[in-house]
Amino acid sequence: MVKRQLMLGNAAIARGAYEAGVRVVSAYPGTPSTEISEVIATYKEVYAEWAPNEKAAFESAVGAAYAGARAMVCMKHVGVNVAADPMFTVAYTGINGGLVIVAADDPGMYSSQNEQDSRFYARSAHIPMLEPSDSGECKEFTKLAFELSERYDTPVFVRTTTRVAHSQSYVTAEERKELPLKPYVKNVKKYTMMPSSAVLRHIEVEKRENKFKADLAEIGVNTIEINDKSLGIICSGVVYQYVKEACPSASVLKLGVVYPVDTELVRRFAAEVKRLVVIEELEPFIEDTLKAAGVKCEGKNLFSLQGEISAALIKNKLYGEKIKTNTDYAPPRPPVLCAGCPHRGVFYILSKLKLTVSADIGCYTLGAQAPLSAVDTVLCMGASIGIAHGFEKAAGRAQSNKTVAVIGDSTFIHSGITGLINAVYNGSNITLLILDNSTTGMTGHQEHPATGKTLKGTSAKILDLEAMVKACGAESVRIVDAYDLPAVEKAVKGAIDEDGVSVVIAKRPCALLGKTRGVPYAISECKRCGMCGKIGCPAIRKNADGTMTIVAEQCAGCGVCAGLCKFGCIKKPEKNLKKT
Amino acid sequence: MKIKEVNILIVGVGGQGTLLASRIIGKLAGLYGLDVKLSEVHGMAQRGGSVVTHAKIAERVYSPVIGEGCADFIVAFEKLEALRYTQYLRDGGTIIVNTQEILPMPVITGAAEYPSDAVKTLKRSYAVISTDALAIALKSAGNAKAVNIVMLGILFSKMGVTLSDAETALAACVKPEFLEINKAALKAGYTL
Ligand SMILES: Cc1ncc(C[n+]2csc(CCOP(=O)(O)OP(=O)(O)O)c2C)c(N)n1
Repeated sequence: MVKRQLMLGNAAIARGAYEAGVRVVSAYPGTPSTEISEVIATYKEVYAEWAPNEKAAFESAVGAAYAGARAMVCMKHVGVNVAADPMFTVAYTGINGGLVIVAADDPGMYSSQNEQDSRFYARSAHIPMLEPSDSGECKEFTKLAFELSERYDTPVFVRTTTRVAHSQSYVTAEERKELPLKPYVKNVKKYTMMPSSAVLRHIEVEKRENKFKADLAEIGVNTIEINDKSLGIICSGVVYQYVKEACPSASVLKLGVVYPVDTELVRRFAAEVKRLVVIEELEPFIEDTLKAAGVKCEGKNLFSLQGEISAALIKNKLYGEKIKTNTDYAPPRPPVLCAGCPHRGVFYILSKLKLTVSADIGCYTLGAQAPLSAVDTVLCMGASIGIAHGFEKAAGRAQSNKTVAVIGDSTFIHSGITGLINAVYNGSNITLLILDNSTTGMTGHQEHPATGKTLKGTSAKILDLEAMVKACGAESVRIVDAYDLPAVEKAVKGAIDEDGVSVVIAKRPCALLGKTRGVPYAISECKRCGMCGKIGCPAIRKNADGTMTIVAEQCAGCGVCAGLCKFGCIKKPEKNLKKT
Repeated sequence: MKIKEVNILIVGVGGQGTLLASRIIGKLAGLYGLDVKLSEVHGMAQRGGSVVTHAKIAERVYSPVIGEGCADFIVAFEKLEALRYTQYLRDGGTIIVNTQEILPMPVITGAAEYPSDAVKTLKRSYAVISTDALAIALKSAGNAKAVNIVMLGILFSKMGVTLSDAETALAACVKPEFLEINKAALKAGYTL
């Protein structure tokens, strides 16, 4: 199978790993890295799994690498924070089979809560990092990363950004090279990290890094193109593509290895060109390295730390070319909870009860938006429970009577459980709402330990959330249908009034899973009370005369709005009713 | 086939099928042996938010993203979205716009107003082809989801692509069981 085809950057990483003979891949979903696992799962030679979080995924991959297999772990940038503990120390132990860590950054925050720069992890953990600039390189660099990992006995990062992960360009697919499992040999000094052995391994880390740095020319993915010498640009990743478009005549040093930076090569390039500019998204990572090495350059004096770079922006900053701006008025269109989303009614109740809501990360973060406006805080995955607990410890029992933590099923399993145990253990009186929509919705419907299916599509033991929270010591658990708003309200009020940690599990599968899509509702003889407009359903619109209409093509038939109309104007149309 | 280089910006509302549309364009470039890059939106913005995908075809494509003032075509699956991205149109470029109205939440809540004369505004400054693609999709394919394919049909005819090439690209990207209705939608747009 040697064939040129269009591929998503993420699919190309999967392809590269496949061709490199990867045997084990573990990940937790996160935009923009999710599709790597979804594609790798289609290769029957590869074992691939969704883990409950990035740390668990990381450790699976480390185990597989110790056992002698090529292994890969993939995550979004904030996932690296979760996996950082094993990551820093596997840099000490090194590997056996090749270990590749994919970290996907999100400049511009298309789907993220921050804009952190993963390159600093490479530097602080002393792990080499490659950065591809298109799908072809995604495949090639992933293969190279496995080779380097084994050659230098180190995990290797492949860093992408949203534009590389989620753009398609041509890739030539090649055959997979099947590799035998390397024998595992017990070696306490290498694999058992305690002070006596780690002290020695730390020395190895430094030696390895120096060797790697010395070999960079031979590794060969840093490339120089000498053109017009009046302007020299240093860049990496997708920024290289922007540079080629914006400054076709400039001389360019493209770094394929962004850590460690080949300062010798940089010095040679700098000597060739008159003006040297480092163009990089997010932090001045390369620029600072250059400056520390005494190389004079420009960089963040021209470009911002925020957001993405583009060809137009480069032309603007280097040549003063104007960037066309929009002069037409268009009201914003933020993402919204889908029609039929089971989270909607729950947030309506929380907003009606005027509660302080520490929410979490997932589709339900959108409950923060008008008109629901039900959310007070969102920090990182799993934080909702700790924040509610901390609120109570600071502000007392009166505060916990007004506070609920809201978390999704996937997020609860990811990192909510420890927070719950903490709250129970330390005598909190908080209320926790688990929004169980039977999927990892935000990232596009991945399975998780409570769905009964694995990434490979095989059936799995179902984690029982009710038993789980009870085992954590939260003995009061109420289970309600998320579409049944009176029941949700009663459960939340009851839970808040109780002492101790109380849990409400609001169940109903995600409307996009297609299991709950019903006959659309319609409004007749609308009394203009506006109640149905308060839930922020995208299928309900207000007419010029103040009456409301349900857009049939968009309505999922959940009936939440019908329950709110005091005049009973929202019904399933008669003729449709007969069909059901 | 005369296409050598073309930049197409597809804009719409999450869930309208911009991804499929750009992938079909990608296939088409492949048929002509040209380089192509597509830049897509996944994740958060798909939840009913504004989405934009870029399709760039040329002998050699570098950036996967179309710059401001560089799109030959803006294909807007919803008219408000056409207004939002007009800065991407090059001088002399064409906007193909579906006159369908999907209200954003700030409009639903009354915090903002939907411009009443969106298509008129567009026509004042740009070359615009406007059509009710939803009605055409319902009529030709019997399915509101085929709006994206109707719009592609219009685009391909404006680009000078033959219907049979367009159908080949389509067939490579949709499931066989949906091919016939999609072909009907494509043709309806193409022959408009
Ligand atoms: C550490 C980390 N990993 C991954 C993500 C990406 N992510 C955001 S929300 C989410 C899960 C959402 O699932 P769930 O909690 O079930 O809520 P739903 O979206 O289904 O409502 C994921 C994987 C993240 N933001 N942070």
